Parts: sequence; structure tokens; C-alpha cells
Amino acid sequence: MPEQALPAPVAPGSGPASSAPVAAEPGPASLVDRHVGFVHALRAAGVPVSVAEGLDAANAMRVIELVDRESLRAAYAATLVKKPAYRPGFDVLFDLWFPASTTGLSAVRTHSDINPETADIKELRAHLAGLLTNSTDQELREFAQAMVERFGRQEASGPGRQNWFSYSVMRALSPETLMAGILRNVLQGRERGGLAEKTVRQQVTTGLRRFEEAVATDVRRRIAEEAGIERIARSAVRPPLDQVDFLRITKADLARLRREVHPLARRLAARLTIKHRKGRRGRLDFRRTVRASLQSGGVPLTTHFKPPRPHKPELVILCDTSDSVSSFAHFTLLLTYALREQFTKVRAFGFVDTVDEITRFFLPGSDVVEAMTRLANEADMVRFGRTNYGHSLERFAERYADALGPKTSLLILGDARSNYQPPALDVLKSLVSRTRSAYWLNPEPRQQWDTGDSVAGEYGTVVPMWECRNVAQLTAFIETLA
Amino acid sequence: MFDSPADVTERLAAVDYLSDDAISTSVFLAAALGKPLLVEGPAGVGKTQLAKAVALTTGAELVRLQCYEGLDEARALYEWNYKKQLLRIQATSADDDIFSEEFLLERPLLKAIRSDRPTVLLIDETDKADVEVEGLLLELLSDFQVTIPELGTIAATRRPYVVLTSNATRELSEALKRRCLYLHIEYPTPERERDIVLAQVPGIRAELAEQLARTVATMRALELKKAPSVAETVDWANTLLALGRDELDEATVAGTLGVVLKHASDHERAVKELGLPDA
Repeated sequence: MPEQALPAPVAPGSGPASSAPVAAEPGPASLVDRHVGFVHALRAAGVPVSVAEGLDAANAMRVIELVDRESLRAAYAATLVKKPAYRPGFDVLFDLWFPASTTGLSAVRTHSDINPETADIKELRAHLAGLLTNSTDQELREFAQAMVERFGRQEASGPGRQNWFSYSVMRALSPETLMAGILRNVLQGRERGGLAEKTVRQQVTTGLRRFEEAVATDVRRRIAEEAGIERIARSAVRPPLDQVDFLRITKADLARLRREVHPLARRLAARLTIKHRKGRRGRLDFRRTVRASLQSGGVPLTTHFKPPRPHKPELVILCDTSDSVSSFAHFTLLLTYALREQFTKVRAFGFVDTVDEITRFFLPGSDVVEAMTRLANEADMVRFGRTNYGHSLERFAERYADALGPKTSLLILGDARSNYQPPALDVLKSLVSRTRSAYWLNPEPRQQWDTGDSVAGEYGTVVPMWECRNVAQLTAFIETLA
Repeated sequence: MFDSPADVTERLAAVDYLSDDAISTSVFLAAALGKPLLVEGPAGVGKTQLAKAVALTTGAELVRLQCYEGLDEARALYEWNYKKQLLRIQATSADDDIFSEEFLLERPLLKAIRSDRPTVLLIDETDKADVEVEGLLLELLSDFQVTIPELGTIAATRRPYVVLTSNATRELSEALKRRCLYLHIEYPTPERERDIVLAQVPGIRAELAEQLARTVATMRALELKKAPSVAETVDWANTLLALGRDELDEATVAGTLGVVLKHASDHERAVKELGLPDA
């Protein structure tokens, strides 16, 4: 391992290292070991850290004050984490490897107006309510630690062992029921339902999330102290956003995904455009021509041309919006919405067992949330409610075949599960033959294709089919288009 | 350049740039390790402003390369002054060397490399440029040198402090990212945004600044097409000051919404979600 060849940033046991929080920890004693362990854990959690970046981080350790924990965190983040999607996982691991405190040190606290070890639940809740609207990270973290200490412990089966849980802390304090009281306090009789209330709600929600996060972090730290960091690290880190499965996506992930999808749509548009651009000549490039003429004494023997203005390609999207792929459908609609803004001519069609044009819901400048709602209520995509690819394709060929032409790219999004109905391959074949290019993105793992009612293989012979289960795979698909 | 992250915080604050732990540490490390700093984040959180503030506080010259689609070597690095070359050929015998220093037009990148004064090189909106430009930057960012076929390799006399910004509309290449330190700037916390408003808008009352920061945070939590940026918060503060308002009630927000939200659909959304009167 190259990291072992590193010069020690600080000699073990001397100077800042001994005062750093890590020194009081059991387990690996020297900072280099801890650094190496941390880098390995990041890699294991799916954050690609190159050898050079590991070295950069080690170098950074030499110039910053190691006792300042936030500084240390920022230094590691700056050198090792080059993509926002990796940041949540990084933070979890950092808190494990470089904990804010250890159990032995927990008596050292800044003074607050209550004693968290003796105060009753009512006082604690009042204190938390204050923290939710106005607190520093430090105060919130200390309170969370005290609460875990007090409520998070559960005796485990083995002798002398104990387990730590977030939920018992949350159950004891039930912070989500604090909202009404806080609102009453802050608004003090002002009108309800207005801007002021919204603002306070937002503030409290953010505070709640921070508190929950602080409790979870401290619980993980305590478990790690007993069971060892490596054990807990593996289960604590969720996969980075770009590896989250489309079919198992949560609502919170979807909101974050929206931000990832827009750049991808832009790139997809750019990729399809580049193909168009090749091999055609544009206007005379006067400057280059004159420059080239220098070699011939000012006589323009060779002419140079500017690349032609790129043609905006046309795109037809055909997406499965049935319930079985509903989270995927949600994602494809996001993609459709984003693509709509990039392409001049996009027509989108949704289908379950019959097909309807849904372009009208995605006018440029329209509101994506609203579009989704209207789409669900107004679009005519369902007859009996069971996905039927064959029938949908026939209807599409009947009603909208004119959408396809020699300049069109066709993008089909769906799992190719057709409830054992005839797949109408010929129809698809004739549709595809009219287009310039066609691609099929399937959100199911490749092993599951052709199992049960899936006809992925048959469709795959007509349209090249790609497994597309997460953002990383979508990105890879776009890369191969050029 | 800087003594410590705390020193960075202090000196940036002196030129009205309020940083936080992550920003200060990254800026400090970029100087201490001599590495370029890649700054990403949504539009209007102060990425470009950061480079300007660093230049200002260190007394360095700011050289800026604005990237765009179709940016090429001739605009980014150097170009031969062909008109001058043409005249020279016509005026003298053709064996004159027309590829020398005299005919070189330096563009931002070459200028930053050759300058013997302290320089901050800002490569703005790197993601807008084509992939080829990234290739061009690689040599510059790892070895601080550029190669001109006719002249040879030109190494930096004095390493510039390099800041690259990106809105992440396109993923930058691994090779480029590996050479840089990475800083992701998110929207500031309401507390920090309040302080930014207080620093940028003299004469505003602290309570109003607080209200503004909180309201903007609420707006950012809505599903908007374009969330309000820090610059827009500051504009908003200025607007309210000019209108002589010192309370941010529903009517005021509805009346001045155009300062912070720039899409019709976002307006509708905000009016609906925040319970504002129809303006």
C-alpha cells in the first residue's frame, strides 16, 4: 500500500497529535494508521480516492491545526471528496474515525441553563425547543450526546454489553410534537398560516433534522467504541446518490435526484447533437484562412471552414408510467421534463396499456411538481390498468407514427414486462426503422430480464437495450452515445 | 500567503467576504499546498466572488478566463499576431523569424503563467467549456507550464493561485478533479446569510436582515426552478432599504418578489406556498 510509505505527518505521540481527539481513542494509535484506515473505509464505501489524493490529504495534515476538528474535516473533504454525492457518506465515516468526543471525556461540557442528567422530560423538551430555533452546531451536538447518554442505552442479552439506539432517544423526547408549542411562542398571536409561520416551520424542520443527525452520529460513535469502527462503518454508510436504485428510491432521494438529472439531460442533448455535426462543412473561417495563407505569402491556397451551427436534434420519448415502475416512471418524467428544456423538438408519450401524448404537461417554464399532478389526473394512459406493451405500441403506431422521422431519436423507458400480452414486435420494428436512432433504457437488473413476463430479450433484438438502474449507469449510457 | 485558516477567515472578512470553516480551510490549503482550487455549487453562492476576495486581500492581480462553449486555445492560451506577421513578411525577406516573442499575443492563461507579480488566476464556469479545454488545462494545473510548439515550454516564474469555478452542469473529468482541491459551496445557513447581508448592505437593521435570511431559506426549501442566490438576497435587502420598508410582511414580499424569483412559475409557486396576497 502506497500510503504506508508516507512520511509521518506528525511524529507519533508528540506535538499536536497527542492533543488531537484521536489520541485518547482505543484502537490504532498513530495518526498515520488512522489516516490509512479512514482512506480505506472511504474506498470501501464507494468513494473513489486515488493514491495521489490520499497523499494530498496527508500533506494537508501537516499544515493545518489538527486539534481543530472542523478544519480537519474540511481538509479531508477538500482533498478526498470531489463530488457532492459522496459527501453524506464521507461525513458519517469522518464522525466515526475522528469522533467529536469520547465517552471518557463526556463530562467536559459548556455550561447551559439546565443539567441534562437530572432535568425532567418537560425541561429537556423546553430546552430542545429553544435549540431547534436558535443554536450553534456545538450546542446541539452536546445536547444530543447527553440525551443519548441518558435515553439511548438498552441492555443487551450478553453480560456487560449494551446497545445504543436513536429511536429510544426520539421516543423519550418526541421532538416532532414540539412544533405547535414553538409556533405559539414565536408567533405570539400573530396571524396563522402566513409567511411568518412558514418561515418558523422551515427553521424548526431544519433544526429537527440536525438534531436527529446529531443523535444518530453519537449512537454510531458509541457502537463503534464497543464493536470497533470497521464493523459499524460498513453498515452505516448508504450508497452514494448516483448508485441508488431507481426502483427503490425514496422520496427524499428523488428531490436530490432532480438536481442530478438536469445536467444529465443537458449532456444527453449535447451528445446527440455532436453526432449530427460530424462531416458537414459550415461557413468560411476567415481568420484561419488568412493565417494559413502566411505560408504562401498571403495567397489563400487552403481554405478553412467553421463548423456548422449544430442542429438541435428531435427526440421522442416513450415511457412506461405504470405502478410497477412508478418510482422509475417518476424519474423518467423528471428526465423528460429536463430534456424538454434542452431540445427544441421533444415529444413525450406515456403509456400503461394505451398511450397518450404528455408533451403538453411539460411546457418550458412550467412547474415540474404541478405538471406531475396534472399528468396523473388528466392524461389518458390507462384502460384496464395492466401494463400492455403490445397494445400501447399498436396504438402509438396508429395515432402518433408521424412523430417519428429520419431526424428523430427514439428513447423508450420501461421494464418490458407486458403481463404475458403479445409484444407486437413487428410494430416496434417498423417504428424503429423510421427513426435515426433508438435506445431502450430498462430499470431492471440484467439478470432479471426474460424472467416471468419480461420480454426484454425480444425487444432487445429490435432496439438496443441498456440496463439503467441508477444515475451512474445513465451517465455511462450518455458517455457511450458519442 | 496565509498563516492559518483563521487568518483566511479574518482577511476575507476584511474585504467583506464572510467565509465558513470549509471555505477558509480550502482556501488556506490551496495556498499552502500550491494546488488549484475547484469551487462548485449552485449559481450565486459567491464562487467567483471568493476568487476576487482572495485577489483583493493578498494584493494579487486577478486574471480571469471566462469559459464558454467553443472556447479554444487561441482565446485561452495564446495566439500569433498574424496581421503583424503578414506585414513583416511583406516588408522584409521571408526568412525572418516570424514565430518569436514579438508576435505572440498572450491570452489569460499564458499571462497568468508569465506574470512575475502575485497573480490569482480565475477560470470561471469551467463546465461551460468543451472537454478539449480541460485537456489544455491539465498541463497548466499540474506543472504550471504551457508548451508552445514554436517557442518551447514556458514554465511559471511565479505560481499563480488558481481558482476554477463550476456550476456542475457537466461533470468535469477525473483527471482535472484529481489535480485540484475541491470545495463545494452550498447556500449559507440563515445565520451566515444574515451576516452577509449586514456586511454588504450598510444601514440595514439586524432584525430585517434576519427576517430576509429566514424568508429566503424558506423559499429555497420550495421546489423552485431557480432558488434565490445570495446575490439576490442582497439585492432584496437593498430594494427594501430603497423603498424605506423595515418590516418584511406578506404584502411587502408579494410586491418585491421579482427581485428574488426570476421565473413566472416560481412566482406562482411561492405565492401559493407562502400564502402571499396576489400582487
